Amino acid sequence: MSDHAVSLAASHAAIRADASGPSGPKPRHMFSRRNIFLYGTLVVVALYYLLPLYVMVVTSLKGMPEIRLGNIFSPPMEITFEPWVKAWSQACTGLNCDGLSRGFWNSVRITVPSVILSIAIASVNGYALANWRFKGADTFFVILIVGAFIPYQVMIYPIVIILREIGLYGSLTGLVIVHSIFGMPILTLLFRNYFTSMPEELFRAARVDGAGFWGIYLRIMLPMSLPIFVVAIILQVTGIWNDFLFGVVYTRPDTYPMTVQLNNIVNSVQGVKEYNVNMAATILTGLVPLIVYFISGKLFVRGIAAGAVKG
Amino acid sequence: MAANGTSVSIQDLSLNFGAVSVLQTLNLDVAEGEFIVLLGPSGCGKSTLLNCIAGLLDISEGRIFIKGKNVTWEEPKDRGIGMVFQSYALYPQMTVEKNLSFGLRVAGIAKDEIARRIARAAEILQIEPLLQRKPAALSGGQRQRVAIGRALVRDVDVFLFDEPLSNLDAKLRSELRVEIKLLHRKLQNTMIYVTHDQIEAMTLADRIAVMKGGVIQQLDAPQTIYNRPVNRFVAGFLGSPAMNFVEGQLEAGATAVFKTGDLTVPLDRYGFDGAGNKGGPCVFGIRPEHVAFGEAANAMPFAADAAVEIVEPMGSDTLVWTKLGGRNFSFRVEAEKTLRNGEPIRIGFDPARASLFDTPSGNRM
Repeated sequence: MSDHAVSLAASHAAIRADASGPSGPKPRHMFSRRNIFLYGTLVVVALYYLLPLYVMVVTSLKGMPEIRLGNIFSPPMEITFEPWVKAWSQACTGLNCDGLSRGFWNSVRITVPSVILSIAIASVNGYALANWRFKGADTFFVILIVGAFIPYQVMIYPIVIILREIGLYGSLTGLVIVHSIFGMPILTLLFRNYFTSMPEELFRAARVDGAGFWGIYLRIMLPMSLPIFVVAIILQVTGIWNDFLFGVVYTRPDTYPMTVQLNNIVNSVQGVKEYNVNMAATILTGLVPLIVYFISGKLFVRGIAAGAVKG
Repeated sequence: MAANGTSVSIQDLSLNFGAVSVLQTLNLDVAEGEFIVLLGPSGCGKSTLLNCIAGLLDISEGRIFIKGKNVTWEEPKDRGIGMVFQSYALYPQMTVEKNLSFGLRVAGIAKDEIARRIARAAEILQIEPLLQRKPAALSGGQRQRVAIGRALVRDVDVFLFDEPLSNLDAKLRSELRVEIKLLHRKLQNTMIYVTHDQIEAMTLADRIAVMKGGVIQQLDAPQTIYNRPVNRFVAGFLGSPAMNFVEGQLEAGATAVFKTGDLTVPLDRYGFDGAGNKGGPCVFGIRPEHVAFGEAANAMPFAADAAVEIVEPMGSDTLVWTKLGGRNFSFRVEAEKTLRNGEPIRIGFDPARASLFDTPSGNRM
């Protein structure tokens, strides 16, 4: 033992003997300035966004006489579900007076096949681009991405002509095809980035094991990519459900999706404005994306983090 | 046609990615049951070569034979190879059993045959209790064992290992290294093993192929490569701590000598290679463990005075840094020796154990 070690031990003992001064976890105060600012801001912003929804809900539960009183923030004195029933099954758009239900089922018939078709194709696209690097893959990818930046309006009329020529104009099938094509760039990008982030060696191991293009896709890649499929489903369901432009251009009145029908109910110029029915109809239309978000919020965030960030 | 007893034969293999040449007219013959290690720094093309053998990369030129069959254009599954990857590459959604059987199920092999092969592999690798677990529930060592099992169940002639131990911690690495060696002795398969770790290479290989820049620098038994490296790159790459290099002049004559500064090393005991001794600038290399110290140094054909600069105790022995001919120079002493910084010492060595490299070409002289 040297002198150095002895003096070190002595000074160490001196430090230990001194019990004053900070020790253990740093204390935190609940009502610190920082917390008040942080949570105060959050509460204000949340109220700001929730207020319109509140007004919609209460208005949709009031009768017309009560609405005419003008207190839009007051809760209903007498709760009535009449406007909801009317919005769903009796409101008139054009010649049809069977409410939003017709549009709802049209939207379902548009959204479900479009979502399945676009995701099925885009996931295989992304997988091929990420793992089976064929000649010209990069060029193909760039063209696809550029497609995402072309304004829809430019392509509306050419597509009308194409659909007319192949006899699909005005049919739900035509609209499903249009939605699938327009979903392709962003979905392919999403899937390609996700599959690229998967370990390359996994793919190689599967090839050594003898699995082919579809074998690897279906048995290795697909089971591993639930989060990104959830993201794609949410993007597509909300995107296609909320679509108005394609719906109004490529369908006929009896095949209008819910959004177009909602617009026709709310913006009808004849008769009295039935605010309660309008509010109920709007909530009904927005309900599907809302439910999708609530159910899949956690998976959505996880998938976005996994797939979209890496280039 | 490949010669008899040759398991893998690579003939004039080249691989280019665009303008970049990764492998250049490479030739390699691996005997039946041989354990070959491809060793080199990262980017030397060793993993690329392995992927070419596996059929995971399309080659630009040349041919590959496995078991006498030209497999140059074959799919990986038809080449009779099994491969173990650095990141294990286990299918995360499948249990260990399903991981092992995946290739067999794809190939459409009968159920009882699959069960028999899995049972055998699981027994050899001692992973029977893990069969129903998912890879996420396994430790690194267990995962790599399963990955080896996946190659094992395929009943292949050739095993390819792509840095299989690099992701493991030091302790596990040395354990699994021994297990791989035992496995090779038990199975007697041909194994081609890629690593950048020279200890793995030295301990496992029947022959080591040291690679650099897509070219095999030297292909030989580990001891030969260690003691008689063909060029300065090989000499510097193998050995830890690394070989000491001193630059100077070779003076030819009745007895050749190596001169640097005021030092003169007699080379009468040095075995020149073939053409050898012609004089000129050269590099003198000697491994730290071939340097004698103290009394023993005086008994050596060459001895000089030096001073201790830094002492690095390694536990089993101690590495001492000093200066010789103006260059950093290290040597090993037993761990019991205590040396102080600045202490004057005498060191010496036998030039017969040294390596001499031509400075312009870097080749052994």
